Parts: sequence; structure tokens; C-alpha cells
Amino acid sequence: MSDKIPVTVLTGYLGAGKTTLLNRILSEEHGKRYAVIVNEFGEIGIDNELVVGADEEVFEMNNGCICCTVRGDLIRIIEGLMKRKGKFDAIIVETTGLADPAPVAQTFFVDEEVQENARLDAVVTVADAKWLTERLKDAPEAKNQIAFADVILLNKTDLVTPAELDEVEARIRGLNPYARVIRTVKSQVPLSEVLDRGSFDLERILEIEPAFLETAGGHDHHHHGHDHHEHGPDCGCDHDHDHGHAHGGLKHYHDEHIQSLAFSIPGDVVPEKFLDWVQDIAQSDGQNLLRWKGILAFQDEPQRYVFQGVHMILDGDLQREWKPDEKRESKIVFIGKDLDRERLKAGFEATAA
Amino acid sequence: MTSADKSSLADYIRPVLAESHVTGTAFLGAAAAFALGDGTVILATGETVSRINVHNGSAILVAASDGKRIVTGGDDGRVVATSATGRTEEIGKTANGAWVDAVATGPDGAVAWSAGKKVHVRDGKGALYALDLPSSGRGLAFGAKGFQLYIARYNGVSIWFPRTQGTPKELSWKGSHIDVTASNDGRFVVSTMQENEMHGWRLADSGNMRMSGYPSKVRSMSWSFDGKWLASSGADAAIVWPFVTKDGPMGKPPLELGIRPSRVERVAFHPKAPVLAVGYRDGCVLFIRTDDESILQARPVSDGGPISSLAWNADGMMLAFGTEEGAAGVLTLPKL
Repeated sequence: MSDKIPVTVLTGYLGAGKTTLLNRILSEEHGKRYAVIVNEFGEIGIDNELVVGADEEVFEMNNGCICCTVRGDLIRIIEGLMKRKGKFDAIIVETTGLADPAPVAQTFFVDEEVQENARLDAVVTVADAKWLTERLKDAPEAKNQIAFADVILLNKTDLVTPAELDEVEARIRGLNPYARVIRTVKSQVPLSEVLDRGSFDLERILEIEPAFLETAGGHDHHHHGHDHHEHGPDCGCDHDHDHGHAHGGLKHYHDEHIQSLAFSIPGDVVPEKFLDWVQDIAQSDGQNLLRWKGILAFQDEPQRYVFQGVHMILDGDLQREWKPDEKRESKIVFIGKDLDRERLKAGFEATAA
Repeated sequence: MTSADKSSLADYIRPVLAESHVTGTAFLGAAAAFALGDGTVILATGETVSRINVHNGSAILVAASDGKRIVTGGDDGRVVATSATGRTEEIGKTANGAWVDAVATGPDGAVAWSAGKKVHVRDGKGALYALDLPSSGRGLAFGAKGFQLYIARYNGVSIWFPRTQGTPKELSWKGSHIDVTASNDGRFVVSTMQENEMHGWRLADSGNMRMSGYPSKVRSMSWSFDGKWLASSGADAAIVWPFVTKDGPMGKPPLELGIRPSRVERVAFHPKAPVLAVGYRDGCVLFIRTDDESILQARPVSDGGPISSLAWNADGMMLAFGTEEGAAGVLTLPKL
């Protein structure tokens, strides 16, 4: 796994600050060489032989799986980059502001040769602090990009008030409580916080406090039919506001369609049962699942099983041994649309050893 | 093979230090040419080895040869022909330096290349033709008869006649087609696909042939000298489809030659005999006869990574090979 080239997918709605970040990556002294796959050649003001133009050709795989789309141009470009192996350390793929991140991410799971050479490190979404709230209302792409992200740069924070900033972060959390949100001005962030994260960000999911997970998915909001309803301190809803302290007093938003769910089992799962169940929900719920991830303790297995999925496509592997002082437990998170919480929870719990 | 085996063909290999991904290899008369990921072309004869800086440090992504010149396309957006004497000629350039996705050589010095959704042909007299495609042209091949170019693309293959006005003829099949080849008699067109299969069209009656069951993508195809067999990579054996009858391989099982615990990466049929050279992921190269399926080892399992390129010379007495990690060599068959 370690000799595979890490790939960072950079998304973000138009004007959020992706190009600024890319220019920084290409111009700063950081001792790493990045191959950058961009959509608009002209936007990058830097002449670099490792900047490659792409045409975002999304192909359907002819394998009966309707949401199994890949980026044909990306497969070709990565194949070409492999002829320069050793000349660069990592790959960054920029997507256009209107792009769905799924085909890009799926390319790294579906194409065998790409998978042999490269691994998806993280999806990084740059969000505009001033306009994101508006975009989340009128642009489904913007919502997808937030829901998909492992890391979110909440950029242009100098253009909003602290209250507005908390507001927009709460909106982000409502869609995706598991991404790391970094507040920035002019995309100024230590690059190590964004690039080559390894399994760090996956690890982080497990470290989220159980209370936080409970809050994120714990309430049953199915009875609320209205859009973007708010659960601030004054919203009048009858749930437990003690949780508010766990996330720094941020308001608590829920999206009408996109939810995140997290479940855990305080021990092992039966690998066969778990893998069968995962395959089943990939088929039944894959279209609605944007991202899903997990770290599992397999019965009689000294190593941790780590997986991530995009829609119907899954990629998992035994990773490292459970440490002696580490509690063996199994956790899984879903971010998706119109998810059936009770069914997914019951299904997961039925795989317990 | 053991060292006691005096007949080991590996003893007749002359190594070539390519030291970079071997994108393509071909014989230009007596010289073996190797097109490399570092942008150079190596020309190796029995006596001399020279390295020519063809793409100025850019990578050679694709290569093709008509036996006189090796034509290379780079990530510098240039298409360059290099002759056996080391003379280079720029054949074409892509718009904005876009990567060259495919090259092919055709009759009378014609060259075709594609970059994104544009395909260009330059004939031997220097006349240029261009075509816009609905999706990127991934693989190119000239037909043996007439001046026509097959173009593998998303959802099918286009057959383009550059010298005639009018739209290309379209062969459609859902999915992403990566490369294309046509039988010498022009009756069959076969593509390789993203979906780990090959697809064939029988032009006479527009019949479709699905050639599936590969565990990996098919990256290499080669026709036998008599046109009766089409060999392919992508499995733990060379998969060789029969085109003996006018129906092609329909309803007939392929030969599976050289089953080994390693993936076949490249196949190259001998130009005069029913012998297939098979290059594997572990660096091994075998010669296998299609008639009695007898096997000779040409190169043992070796360092240097998967075989990425194989080519016979015109009389079939020499085989050039190269690997992904820059090993290369020329095997000269011992005279009996």
C-alpha cells in the first residue's frame, strides 16, 4: 500500500479558491513534487511540466451498475504518468466547480491498473465562507462536494463575521460531520494538513467522541418534513441540547436529504457476515451512498480491516495490527441521501460476533 | 532453466540499458529501437548503441513503427519520427501541447495521432487531415487496404477515410474502447475495452463478437502472419482467438497458451511461423507454437518489472523486448 502514489482530489464550487490553493502547491518550497491534473490550463499561472490538462470525460462502465462511472481521461493520464514514475511524489486531481466528485473517486477503485499504482488519499473541498450557504440552497453540486469531502477548507473567512462563520460551519457539519474543517484566508493552510494524509483522516473518524456521533445521527428527524430546519438553542425542538456543548455551541442543521449515520459495535464482527452485508447494501443502497467508511475488528484477525466506499464501489484491506492497549471495536459511517437508519443499524449489528 | 541447460535462449540475449519505462520497441532494419519514458529513443545494432534525445526530457507515451521509422508521441504534445540512422523529424504537434494519446503508422509513410477529441493524419506526401470526435480517441490503427483509419473511442470504433469527404463509418458497442486492430482482409475489426474484454465486429453482416472472460484489461493484441489467429494479453495465459473461418471466433473457444502464475502483458506473433512471443508481468518471455503448443523459454523471470514491449524483426530471427522498469534487450535466435 505504501508504494502507491497518493492522490488528492480537489473539489470546490466556482470561485471558492481552488486555483489559489493549486498555485500555492505548485510554487511553494515544500520538497515534494506534485503532478497536477487540471481542467483549465490557463488558470494555473505556472509553467510546470507536471501540470496536465484533462477533459473530464465521464464514462459509464458497461457492467450493469448504473452509478459506476469513471473518468476515462484520468485513467489515460495516470497511465501516462506512470511512465514518469519516480519523477513525482503525489498526484492532485482538480475537478471543475460543477463536477460530481464520485466518478473521480470511483476511478481509483474501479480501474485495476490505476489501483495498482495509485491510492485515493483524500477528497479536499474548498468552500467559500461567504457564499457557501447560498450555494447549498441552489446548487446540488456544492452540496455533494461538501458531503463527499474528507477535508474541507472553509476559505475566505476574512469576508464574513464570526457569527456568519459559525453559521456556515454548522451548515457544513449538518451535511458532513466527519470531515476535518480548516478555516482559512486565501487558502493559506499548511499543505501537510491537506495533502498526503494517509489513513490519518480515516483514523480520525474513530476518534470522534461517541456523544458526537450520537448527536450527528442519533435523533430521529424523519418526522420533520420541512427544509433546512434549525435546531439552535431557541428552535423549540424537544431534544437534548446538552449535546450543543460538544461542538462548541454550533447550531445544529439537518439537510432534508443528505444525512450522515455512524454505528459502532463494542467488539468484533464476523468477517463473512460483515462482507456479505456490505455487498448487499452496496447493491441496495449504493446509489444513495455518497461516502462510507469503516474500521472493523474481524473475529480471529489480529489486523484491523479498513474500508471505504463510493456509491456501489468498495475498497477494503487489512491494515495494521490492533495495538495491545487499543480497544477492539468496529465502527462504520455513512454519508448519503435518504438513508434508512434503522435498517442499516440493524444490518450492521447483526454482523457482530 | 538451469545453467546446465546449454540450449538456453537467454544466452543469446544482448542486454540494452534502457533505464526508463520502455513504451515501445520496433526494428528499423537491423537496428532495434526502444522508445522510452525519459523521452529518448535508443537505437541498438550488433555493434553500437546510441541514445537520441527525441522529446527533450518529456515522456514518450506512445510509439508505433512501419519498419522504417519509429514514431513517438510525448507528453510534450509532439509527434516525432526517428529513423534507423538517428535522424528525427517532427511530424505534428497537438494544440496547447496536449498529451499525445495514440499514434499509428500507415501505408507509404502515413502517420496518425490523437490528442483528446482530435485525430490527425499526415500522409507520406505531407498532406494533413483532421477529424473531431465525440469522445477521446484512445487507440488508432490503419487498415491494411485503402487509406482508412480505425479509431477506438467511447461507445465504439470509428472508421475514417481521411481523403474522402463525409462522416466516418461508426461501429457501435456500449462501453469505453481502448485500442483497435483489424484483420488484414478487412473483414474483422476488434477492440479492447475498459471492461476487461475484447469486442469484435464482422463487417460483412455487422455481426458482434464478444470475447470476454479476461481477469484484466487486454493491453496487447497481435495477428498471426497468416491472419488466422489473434493473440491477446490480460490473462494468466495468452488468449488466442481463431479467425480461421469466415465467421471468425464465434462459438469457438480460444487457445490458452503458456498458462503461468503471472499475467500476460504483451504478445507478438512471429512474422513467418506459427510462433507467439509472450511477455509476462514477472519479466518472463516464452515462445509458444500455436500448432503443437510446445514452449521455449526466451527470457527467464527477471528483475526489471513487467514486460511492456515486444517486437520481432522482419525475418523473425530477432526479438526485442523492454520492461516497465527499464530493462531491455535483443534476442538473436541461434542459427541451426
